[in-house]
Amino acid sequence: MALHTMTMAELTAGLENGDFTSVDITRSLLDRIAAHDAKLNALITVTGDAALAAAAKADADRAAGNVGMLNGLPVIHKDIFCTRGVRTSCGSKMLDNFVSPYDATIVERMAAAGAVVLGKANMDEFAMGSSNETSFYGPVHNPWDLDCSPGGSSGGSAASVAARFAPAATATDTGGSIRQPAALTNTVGIKPTYGRVSRYGMIAFASSLDQAGTITRTAEDAARVLGVMAGFDERDSTSVDSPVPDYLGEIGESIKGLRVGVVRQHFDEGLDAACAVKVKEAIAVLESLGATTVEVDLPNIGLSVPTYYVVAPAECSSNLSRFDGVRFGHRAENAEDLFDLYCRSRGEGFGDEVKRRIMTGTYVLSAGYYDAYYLKAQQVRQLIADDFRKAFADVDVIAGPTTPSPAFKLGDKVDDPITMYLNDIYTIGANLAGLPAISVPCGFVDDLPIGLHLVGTHFAESTLLRCAHQYQQRTDWHTACPEDFV
Amino acid sequence: MSWEVVIGLEIHTQLATKSKIFSGASTAYGAEPNTQACLVDLGYPGVLPVLNKEVVHMAAMFGLAVNATVAPRSVFARKNYFYPDLPKGYQISQYELPIVEHGELFITDAEGNDKRIGITRAHLEEDAGKSIHEGLDQSSGIDLNRAGTPLLEIVSEPDIRSAKEAVAYMRKIHTIVRYLGISDGNMQEGSFRCDANVSVRPKGQEAFGTRAEIKNLNSFRFVEKAINFEVERQIELIEDGGEVVQETRLYDSDKDETRSMRSKEEANDYRYFPDPDLLPVEIAADFIESVRAELPELPDAKQQRFVEEYAVKKDDAAILTISRPVADYFEEAAAATDANAQLVANWVVGELSGALNKDGLEIADSKVSAAELAGLLTRIHDNTISGKIAKQVFEAMWAGEGSADEVIEASGLKQITDSSAIEAVVDKVIEANPGQVAEYRAGKDKLIGFFVGQVMQETKGQANPGQVNQILKAKLSG
Repeated sequence: MALHTMTMAELTAGLENGDFTSVDITRSLLDRIAAHDAKLNALITVTGDAALAAAAKADADRAAGNVGMLNGLPVIHKDIFCTRGVRTSCGSKMLDNFVSPYDATIVERMAAAGAVVLGKANMDEFAMGSSNETSFYGPVHNPWDLDCSPGGSSGGSAASVAARFAPAATATDTGGSIRQPAALTNTVGIKPTYGRVSRYGMIAFASSLDQAGTITRTAEDAARVLGVMAGFDERDSTSVDSPVPDYLGEIGESIKGLRVGVVRQHFDEGLDAACAVKVKEAIAVLESLGATTVEVDLPNIGLSVPTYYVVAPAECSSNLSRFDGVRFGHRAENAEDLFDLYCRSRGEGFGDEVKRRIMTGTYVLSAGYYDAYYLKAQQVRQLIADDFRKAFADVDVIAGPTTPSPAFKLGDKVDDPITMYLNDIYTIGANLAGLPAISVPCGFVDDLPIGLHLVGTHFAESTLLRCAHQYQQRTDWHTACPEDFV
Repeated sequence: MSWEVVIGLEIHTQLATKSKIFSGASTAYGAEPNTQACLVDLGYPGVLPVLNKEVVHMAAMFGLAVNATVAPRSVFARKNYFYPDLPKGYQISQYELPIVEHGELFITDAEGNDKRIGITRAHLEEDAGKSIHEGLDQSSGIDLNRAGTPLLEIVSEPDIRSAKEAVAYMRKIHTIVRYLGISDGNMQEGSFRCDANVSVRPKGQEAFGTRAEIKNLNSFRFVEKAINFEVERQIELIEDGGEVVQETRLYDSDKDETRSMRSKEEANDYRYFPDPDLLPVEIAADFIESVRAELPELPDAKQQRFVEEYAVKKDDAAILTISRPVADYFEEAAAATDANAQLVANWVVGELSGALNKDGLEIADSKVSAAELAGLLTRIHDNTISGKIAKQVFEAMWAGEGSADEVIEASGLKQITDSSAIEAVVDKVIEANPGQVAEYRAGKDKLIGFFVGQVMQETKGQANPGQVNQILKAKLSG
């Protein structure tokens, strides 16, 4: 069995067994990236030397009996996570020259658990986009059809895992940026509860919505990585100080009796008919595993996209103010004065989508507009959260489609931001309500993968992972590999 | 027309924490530029603020000290604007829900009456860094050591009616924050500064006039001068048919004038919104009670107690309670001597303060300790020396020549209380001034002063003045 086809669970077994070393795995995957990434553009930076050194250390640690949860396992970090001594671009020209002086908390924790970082994944600029086309480094291609988008903003992470560059990649999700690309690339993407994973060192897009998670091929591997990433961090005031369950240990438990809510509104117009069939089949599989289904109502869910496109830009307009050309990042040359320095540094450093959102956000926070937009959006956000709370009185998880359709062609939606935004219609609700959600491969439509979306109550990651894992035990969609990347 | 002045003050007081409000960097003053700024202070990508809990404690203390409501829930907000010394492009402050609201304090007005000044609110915020222009050619530098230093901004109601009242209010706040130990109040280092909102209106008119805000006044003297200048400017402007415009002005202390900095139209739209990186500050009732229990005695209460317990004059009590070290010095000295407490007060307010001022010393560094001063006052009390001689002894003590007793002994300044010795001198003086004696006896009583003076001169001031008087009167009338 080729190393690149193995999951983390399989690699761990092999390492334990002495079948191969971490250096073997790392070499093999670095070679694979070198051979194939030209087709995908999934990575912005490959950290080969550091990876081999980390792998050698992991092997030495293992020999010394010091075996962390991720010992010797290769991972790729989305380029939104600060990595000490390595360029951290956030997909933007603004940070093309930025070498982070520190590690994000999750980078630190995964390194301490023995992970080997192969490189940094391409992404939409500052995580703003649903197709990976806003990246300064160019779009990522979907391994299932190189003319298609892998989704975004974590398109590089998803494509890397789908193309077997690594068994796992970190990612972030503000409105669907983990789950949508996971669905479009036949991978598993989990966005944990807001506050479950530290945001320290993760470059902020919309602070009240951003959450880090993982993209893997199996729920089991997601459980392994999330167990390392999750947990309280005193450097992030919004991280929650509650114990992290043993995700990996609980994953084998049956889902008999699990109450699955099916949202009436999710199967209304807008959903591709073939997708609807596949998602319904997936829900039937859950029933066959002992789950019961209940129809639930989320009356305000239709307002989630407009709500999101007020709240997220508002926060981003403020979060991105620090990129002013003064202390780090892109600085315009020969500025005439301070104002010119600001205008040109930001004008040159940011791409169109980022500018669009900064302007939208600035507008909705302006004197005279705040109440009508920002405040109103926060109120609607509360209504949406209340809808979920009521629904979860009767169900344990809510199941539905991750996206309205399979992957779309690169270039198709670039000039139509509204259509692009609607790609996140099923995922945004979980961000607005701070709920955990997972996308798991559930079949193919026109030879392109789609995902089953499961949303849980706050801190119910374990339930979601268990549900996804049991589903993957019964199905084999996730084992399908894109032809060019076998 | 007669005008009424309306003033509201916004006082920024730096809280005396060891580390910054949202990071672990030190707040110590005077370090090399940018050596006390960590990644959080520099606003690096990905960093997050974490609230220093000590500032909540300090703000709560202030709230209770000014009889205000300490909010059970307050919220940090972002104030967005671009400036090189503001690394994140926003300042973390409090906007709609401040930590302290509805307070008050009392000052003494021109008529000597207590006057209430309302405190609208006090909120927590971070300071910005500073731009450096001196010594740099064609460019500006930025020092971010101060960025993230905790500030408590204390906003008064527009209850102040003169520059003098403004100063009295500011002094009172200054005294309170130092009593509480929540700020060193050092104005040279910028730890205590204020913005003054000033307007005028015709006496009797209810509506406020248009106000101008004078920024960044960092001394009591500048506050008074800047307000006075601004009041005159506004009145003159209106009386000449002009109109005051709402604007921000800067006080130039060299020219003693205020100048326009930016008008309302040029003002920033700060786009305040709740900071999503920070949770609301929630304060439990028992925390507030524990803070209340540990509050020190505050200036007003102490002043009152000094008047009641020591029977010192109200004005003196006000001066003695200007700071805790001064009050403690007074109480320690008063406890260590049988001399009248008013005498102790006179000396602390008079000689001691004078000496401290002259040498530019704080009372903590006084060259004469409270116990040593008490020793000196005891010698006045037991008639060993006169008050006048005591001043000489004090000077010697200040110069480090020893305790009161040592100085008195060494320089032979001991008071002459032996009546036969005084009588001998009195006889000599009477004999030497027959003319004056005759005049006195003819009814010119005032001349008694002349004779006392002569006796004191003969005894180098050491004769007991009471005895001299008594003996002189007896002999002259005889």
